[in-house]
Amino acid sequence: MKPIRHVHSRSVVLAHDNIDTDRIIPARFLTTTTREGLGRHAFQDWRYRSDGSPDPDFVLNRAEAAGCSILVAGRNFGCGSSREHAPWALLDAGIHAVISSEIADIFRSNALKNGLLAITVADAEHRFLLRHPGLELRIDVVAGEIALPDGGRFGFALDAFARHCLTEGIDQLGFLLRQHAAIQRHEEQYA
Amino acid sequence: MAGRTLLDKIWDAHAVAPETVATPAVLYVDLHLVHEVTSPQAFSELRTRGLRARRPERTLATMDHSTPTLPAGADGTPPFVTPEAAQQVRTLRENCREFGIDLLDLDSAQRGIVHVIGPELGATQPGMTIVCGDSHTSTHGAFGALAFGIGTSEVGHVLATQCLLQRKPKAMAVEVHGRLQPGVDAKDLVLHIIGRIGVDGGTGCVIEYRGEAIRALSMEQRMTVCNMSIEAGARAGMIAPDDTTFAWLRGRARAPQGEAWTRALAHWKTLHSDRDARFDRVVEIDAAAVRPTLSYGTHPGMVVDIEASVPQAGNALQQRALDYMGLRAGARLAGTPVDVVFVGSCTNGRLSDLRAAAAVLRGRRLARGVRMLVVPGSAAVKHDAEQEGLDAVFRAAGAEWREPGCSMCIAMNGDLVAPGQLAVSTSNRNFEGRQGPGARTVLASPASAAAAAVAGHIVDPRAYTIEEAVA
Repeated sequence: MKPIRHVHSRSVVLAHDNIDTDRIIPARFLTTTTREGLGRHAFQDWRYRSDGSPDPDFVLNRAEAAGCSILVAGRNFGCGSSREHAPWALLDAGIHAVISSEIADIFRSNALKNGLLAITVADAEHRFLLRHPGLELRIDVVAGEIALPDGGRFGFALDAFARHCLTEGIDQLGFLLRQHAAIQRHEEQYA
Repeated sequence: MAGRTLLDKIWDAHAVAPETVATPAVLYVDLHLVHEVTSPQAFSELRTRGLRARRPERTLATMDHSTPTLPAGADGTPPFVTPEAAQQVRTLRENCREFGIDLLDLDSAQRGIVHVIGPELGATQPGMTIVCGDSHTSTHGAFGALAFGIGTSEVGHVLATQCLLQRKPKAMAVEVHGRLQPGVDAKDLVLHIIGRIGVDGGTGCVIEYRGEAIRALSMEQRMTVCNMSIEAGARAGMIAPDDTTFAWLRGRARAPQGEAWTRALAHWKTLHSDRDARFDRVVEIDAAAVRPTLSYGTHPGMVVDIEASVPQAGNALQQRALDYMGLRAGARLAGTPVDVVFVGSCTNGRLSDLRAAAAVLRGRRLARGVRMLVVPGSAAVKHDAEQEGLDAVFRAAGAEWREPGCSMCIAMNGDLVAPGQLAVSTSNRNFEGRQGPGARTVLASPASAAAAAVAGHIVDPRAYTIEEAVA
């Protein structure tokens, strides 16, 4: 995996709380057998009207959202299903970081394994980011900080191991495979 | 030293390497369940890396999400919704063959929804770690297992190493005191609990359901409760095994037999939280206060009991939910017209659920204009229901009796609720568009769903169930 040390972009804001993974990628697109190409269906039922045309009112369809790779989202982002198609779809749609005050457990775990930075900030800082879409943000994964254009800095929470894997480009399956001897011992003793 | 929780006991027995500040624990997985939707990319990853399945006998596969619930045509081909869905099922078949994994295929008498068949076969056992690329894996916690949903990358991790990298979740106790009232179901209880703690109330936690009301539940009811733990954001839900658990498991195909059973039983009896175990959080619930409970909004924490009014929207999002649902704050949910009724899913697709729905429908007809789908959770449930004549009850009432699968719960196999229609559903999620674009979902128990089908609108199910009990 490619190391990820910084994400730098203007922010785009989806302020809704509890954006679930059915919302991020509806189940009818889960019949795929690959990881690729899901970006065009990310937030499908928000992005497109029932006649298939893009909804100009949806944030991600607006001109100012073009090129934004940092999504600031309402509390409890990614709740619901365990589908890893959700982070695959976001990455494929150009989103490389999600910032919220709370991120659902399975989504966060899936996101971080794919190099989608899923991080949480304190409530007051979350409210500030929600109120200020289009902010030029620079996320420093190593330092654990989000730098704002005015020089301000917000710390963010990220598991130490996930941070290490992201910044060093360490693949978690490779890490697990190296535990072979310990797994063998466990199997001989218990399993 | 403080006593240990059930979570502590299972965790400690499966920690291949302990958690440190720098690294998560390496947790051994006893049983890995696989289905067609979340596994193809994991098998591809193994193939790319030249890896084999480390312990293929610890993985059990079936197909349930993309599979049609209408019977195969004259040529034996199941009516898949798209060629992609058919391809996904074929891919699972090929992957299982290549990696040596036991597959309960479409023609197997043991197939069904992955969370229905695991317990049914006795593959789900107390004290196990159980994972599946599916968030409703929490169902298996009803047996005192630590069971949780994982992503596709992790499906690959388990296939290749039989392990996962995991931080230990916090332990939360939900104590349910007293007894449920007659006519109140486990589904009502779990919706009530989610309403209390919220859709993120369990984030970062494993919930252990405890107390008199939980002990009094059947295994099927316990599965319904644990199934929806994820809807409160919890990693898993669990219930300590007891005589109800042991009696249910005894003699099942994959449960231990003979001397192995005796040994297993001795171990299983140690699987409970110690008296002095400490929980990170405790929530107390009064079972007697629970009424038939249904969802009114667009997440499973927006629930109301059938006697109460739809609450006022506290913010713009809640108002948006009410607008989407076409409901008015202050009005009763009862009386809301219903278009579709769905009985099935890993939450409520077991035999006891079908019996509860059939008890309401027996001798009655669906209200004019209501479509009702009854989808058994497994081939065995279907068989047993037909042996009892439940299929005839459903058909006579005007409902459709289908082949087993996830069906209209996730609506990816073609079983859809049309835009704008309102469905009373025994499934687990009422997100916008979950049962089809523009579909409106009201989550409910099997009795509430069946009662709505007969009345043509949402109604207190006790008008049907209690009367039956008295008569």
